Amino acid sequence: MSDKVNRRDAMGIAFGTCAAVGGVYALAGMKKAWDPLPSVKAAGSTLVDLSSAKENEIITEKWRGKPVFILRKSAEMIAKSSANDKARDVIIDGSSYLVCIGLCTHLGCIPAYRKDREDFLCACHGAEYDISAINTKAPAPLPMLIPPFKIDGTTLVLGEAGPEYNKMKEAGVLGHIALDPKA
Amino acid sequence: MAHIDENAKPFSEQWLDDRLGVRTLKRVMASEYWIPKDINFLWAMGMILAVTFGILIITGIFLLMYYKPDTALAFDSVNYTIMQEVGYGWLFRHMHGVAASVVFLLIYIHMFTGIYYGSYKKGREMIWISGMLLFVTFSAEAFSGYMLPWGQMSYWAGMVITNLFSIGSLELNGIVEWIRGDYVPGDAYLTRFFMLHVFLLPLAIIGVIVLHFGTLRIPHVNNQEGEVIDFDIEAQKYLDGNTKESKVIRFQWDFLAKDFMVMAFFLTFFFYLVFYHFDFAMDPVNFDPADGLKTPPHIYPEWYFLWSYEILRPFTKDIGLMAFGFSQVIFLLLPFLDRSPNAIPAHRRGLFFVWFWVLLIDMIVLSVMGKVPPVEPFGTVGLYAALTFIGLWVLLPIITKMESKK
Repeated sequence: MSDKVNRRDAMGIAFGTCAAVGGVYALAGMKKAWDPLPSVKAAGSTLVDLSSAKENEIITEKWRGKPVFILRKSAEMIAKSSANDKARDVIIDGSSYLVCIGLCTHLGCIPAYRKDREDFLCACHGAEYDISAINTKAPAPLPMLIPPFKIDGTTLVLGEAGPEYNKMKEAGVLGHIALDPKA
Repeated sequence: MAHIDENAKPFSEQWLDDRLGVRTLKRVMASEYWIPKDINFLWAMGMILAVTFGILIITGIFLLMYYKPDTALAFDSVNYTIMQEVGYGWLFRHMHGVAASVVFLLIYIHMFTGIYYGSYKKGREMIWISGMLLFVTFSAEAFSGYMLPWGQMSYWAGMVITNLFSIGSLELNGIVEWIRGDYVPGDAYLTRFFMLHVFLLPLAIIGVIVLHFGTLRIPHVNNQEGEVIDFDIEAQKYLDGNTKESKVIRFQWDFLAKDFMVMAFFLTFFFYLVFYHFDFAMDPVNFDPADGLKTPPHIYPEWYFLWSYEILRPFTKDIGLMAFGFSQVIFLLLPFLDRSPNAIPAHRRGLFFVWFWVLLIDMIVLSVMGKVPPVEPFGTVGLYAALTFIGLWVLLPIITKMESKK
């Protein structure tokens, strides 16, 4: 009698173990089925020619489905800027540019550039950013993120990390950590 | 083998009872499922919710036959094909949209009825918990359905809500990209939310509805005075013909007769909305096709999510998320936060009565503040309303403990 019960227990344990291992693999497979597809991931880099960019005119480019803001700054704007603002400037062909992913770091809405005030306002929850997209008003916790870029003459290549990008990364001004807009 | 009446005609009641036990089933589930007499129209919300869910399923089936879960086709399949070409397509859409909105009104009435009459404790905890699971699954169902017309509000609500899963400063962007199957909401995202909306979530909802009905059968429905009824004794009185003296009635057809009456009033109101005010469930911004490069100037959710959205809004990112998370789970814990053993209506419970009305009014204030643009003085009012909401739940165990000492 007890012998039979033990054999049934063994059957249950063996079945349960195999099913658990299979279940874990099945879950991993299901997880993978929801990953971004290779065709989505392979969305190539975006090239932007800035030879005709105008000062204080926002350019919005699409990169990996996200908007990227490019803004050519005037000498006057740079003069008013803080050190943190200047550290985020991308110098292309002698001019200073703001280059950042145009999504609010609160919940991902697109902030609007206010030309007259030279700043950004996110209408969703009222966050504000300065001329270098450093957050100046809650609820945004971080500056807008600078995407990987490379400079090739007057062309900006989005999606590839060049030496200028790596230097900003080392300085910690990309937007992964909070910055003081006035420092 | 059980005894079978060989002479029973196929599919007659006797024949079915021998094979399926239909008489027992009917007795346990309907004719001798006893409901207290001392109830009011608020006790009809359960059946009205079941009927509204039925309307959603039937209209959903008809919408499903023409809807296209593809970012290039979705908008036109709803706004042109269904609205202009399909026979009565406009009616199915408006019924589906209005029912999806009204179902939350009913859920909130149903919930607050339960809170007022203390129908979540003394053996009724599982009714409350399964009910709150239904609230969660219905919320997911509403959100996934909101994605499908692929208008501006669909897209940006999808963007904002999926971003919540990066859990603030933890920056878990991998999870967000996994949920979307893309860097931003796109084709993979729309199709998987379509699957969730038309298959997995309805399946889960039906399962939890069965559980919710099941949790009700043993402890029985509460009554207006929270009286503890001995259902065996009262049922016997009823069966002995002493129906006047008995405190209970049959579910079928006594209680259902009352349900049908309230349902008639509800359905009149429902079809009035469908035919004359369907626009309240249709945001004009969602009649612009989705555009990932243009945020609408003012994003807000449907009215039933406004209160929890407003709890997220006045704080900085991480604290806002924590407050939002708190608001999402706290109702589930109600049976354990209420430390008073009194399962009686709120107007006989002193401070709890005040707590109940302050909570209800605070949630209405939060909902109004969630709809207006994020400017002053609304920001400050919203902040204090959010703090009041959290404070009320912190106070609940204290005031109910005081109540039990009296």
